[in-house]
Amino acid sequence: MRSKQRTLIAAFATAILACAATSGSALAQKKYDTGATDTEIKIGNIMPYSGPASAYGVIGKTEAAYFNKINAEGGINGRKINFVSYDDGYSPPKAVEQARKLVESDEVLLIFNALGTPSNSAIQKYLNAKKVPQLFVATGAAKWNDPKDFPWTMGWQPSYQTEARIYAKFLIKEKPDAKIGVLYQNDDFGKDYIKGLKDQLGAKVSMIIAEESYETSEPTIDNHIVKLKASGADVFLSITTPKFAAQAIKKLAEIEWKPLHIVSNVSTSVGGVIQPAGFENAQGILSANYGKDGADPQWNNDPGMKKFFAFLEKYYPEGNRLDGSVVYGYGAAQTMVKVLEMCGDNLTRENIMKQAASLKDFAPDTLLPGIKINTSATDFAPIEQLQMERFKGEKWDLFGDIISGEASN
Amino acid sequence: MSAVQEVVTEAPAVEAVPKRAMTLGYGTSLAMLLVLILVPLFVKNFIIFQLTMLLIYALAVLALNILTGGSGQFSLGQSAFYAVGAYTSAILMEHADINYALTLPIAGIVCFAFGFLFGQPALRLSGVYLALATFALATAMPQLLKLGVFEKWTGGVQGLVVTKPDAPFGLPMSQDMWLYYFTLAVSVAIYIFSVNLLKSRSGRAFMAIRDNEIAASAMGIDVALYKTLAFGVSAGITGVAGGLGAIAVQFVAPDGYTITLAISLFLGMVVGGVGWLPGSIVGSAFIIFVPNIAEGISKGLSGAVFGVLLFLVIFLVPHGARQIAVAAQQLLGKFKKN
Repeated sequence: MRSKQRTLIAAFATAILACAATSGSALAQKKYDTGATDTEIKIGNIMPYSGPASAYGVIGKTEAAYFNKINAEGGINGRKINFVSYDDGYSPPKAVEQARKLVESDEVLLIFNALGTPSNSAIQKYLNAKKVPQLFVATGAAKWNDPKDFPWTMGWQPSYQTEARIYAKFLIKEKPDAKIGVLYQNDDFGKDYIKGLKDQLGAKVSMIIAEESYETSEPTIDNHIVKLKASGADVFLSITTPKFAAQAIKKLAEIEWKPLHIVSNVSTSVGGVIQPAGFENAQGILSANYGKDGADPQWNNDPGMKKFFAFLEKYYPEGNRLDGSVVYGYGAAQTMVKVLEMCGDNLTRENIMKQAASLKDFAPDTLLPGIKINTSATDFAPIEQLQMERFKGEKWDLFGDIISGEASN
Repeated sequence: MSAVQEVVTEAPAVEAVPKRAMTLGYGTSLAMLLVLILVPLFVKNFIIFQLTMLLIYALAVLALNILTGGSGQFSLGQSAFYAVGAYTSAILMEHADINYALTLPIAGIVCFAFGFLFGQPALRLSGVYLALATFALATAMPQLLKLGVFEKWTGGVQGLVVTKPDAPFGLPMSQDMWLYYFTLAVSVAIYIFSVNLLKSRSGRAFMAIRDNEIAASAMGIDVALYKTLAFGVSAGITGVAGGLGAIAVQFVAPDGYTITLAISLFLGMVVGGVGWLPGSIVGSAFIIFVPNIAEGISKGLSGAVFGVLLFLVIFLVPHGARQIAVAAQQLLGKFKKN
């Protein structure tokens, strides 16, 4: 009886000791900021679910579905993700209101993949002053890669400047005597592009022999195309949004101008641009890409895309696999999860930025093979590589090596 | 609808003295002011920020109320005046280093001039045609702000970041709280100005024009002058609201001032009660908080939910907050009699 009691006590004591020892060491390791606990990580997000850019709202829905998948599979180091996503209707003042609500009322750990250059510009200063990570913003502007002035802000997709540099590198290598005619949209998108192009051409900037800009309010860009043809250019760089890219492809065929035609990545949608312009008019057009296309049969047996399709089937059945935004949201959410995994039990905002800035050769399932995410304390631009592609038949064919668009080389 | 309208217009308290119908009694006003002064002491900074936006939009709705409720002219172009005010303040603060408080009167004057000038051609139009002309102004404004010519000052599509002011004299309050009280002071001043304006000779002239233009001119009112004046005053107040908005949000960009904003303000006016100045704050609360409630109910269908809520308001209380206030007043009267 007595011995039994003693063993019981001994067992109890060891149990308590063991308990104390583990929890003690765990306490020493675990570090949290607002929004993170032993069981939960709270992530904020702002999307235009309504308003002029509501087509992009799909990105937020895909991300929510992806985090659901992660939660269903046990979460990140045992913590479930609580994804709070608000609508800003693509209006900067509303984005500020929502960002403040997320940070001050919902008390999120970070804001992830907020969409739109104007909305992100509006909240950048606030989030940096509050030292809340503004991670993987969903815009192509180059200004997000500025760790010195804005150490709490980081982009994700290749910037327009990066893409423009890649075309410049391609032209210098493949067509050194090119006479380039550029048509660009007169806004931040077009101007970022021109900057990247000229920076990369450097001393060879004289290769650009003609520049034409258009306003989105113009009904047609025909006269610009005719002018560019008259300039004698043999390369036509079309820095255009979908509607104008399609017009350009058509007009070129109409006036029988056959330069080397490069179209910006935002206007490569087969359904949205090429088909309306006519497949026969689009043969041989060049562009660059970084993600796999859900419509392209060559990826049907790709392991990454198989995972993506399985995810869609189980967690987001209403998602359209042909929609580039779905592929985008999946890749961005996967990057976020990777960063949180790397943080381990140290979920402070500072450590999150540190880990986000130490991604090494990370490849989300939906990026082209060979394209990898790399960041460092001085490089806040995660994706900086693209691969050239050529339109053939009714789809894009990738060719050549992965080209890096980093400013240094 | 006509039955409800009759009920409202039958109320003697409203009909007998139309001037008074536009305002609240002193007691109610003071109680309201006291609430507005005390609330920020008990809530988080984020709520204070929302309250600041509430006051700012209330000012913009008030301005539209003077134009539509006062002089009977429609405008869907208030977002353009709001944008001009916001950009004036932002540019003066960031490029000319002028104190934020001083930029507001400048924004008001610039917008007054802009509104007065726009009122000239608008004179020839009335009703829906005027609404369409102002609509054109609202759609044109975001594109004008993007023009390369002005980019040096406006920052083009990228917009301008504005520095938020600290509380002066070392007052121990947060930036948000200071800005709230600053906005409250400006709002109260403008509210008192508006109430007095509508009670004055000019206000009576506005209302005479609203009720019957021909009769008004027969009484010797310079219709052209007072119509443009109403436009100018409305634009000026909207401009001040825009300037305050720029300071509170700390950012201006063309995409913040689209036609959606103009329609929201119009909506706020209708929900608050056309021609009832205190309703402006109710209308402003509607356009700020109801979309959030709608989003809380359904994310994918937030627009539809908002539509249903709006429909309910228009259907049940077509005269907006004013109708509720009148009903409450009558109910109170009955209690007193008993």
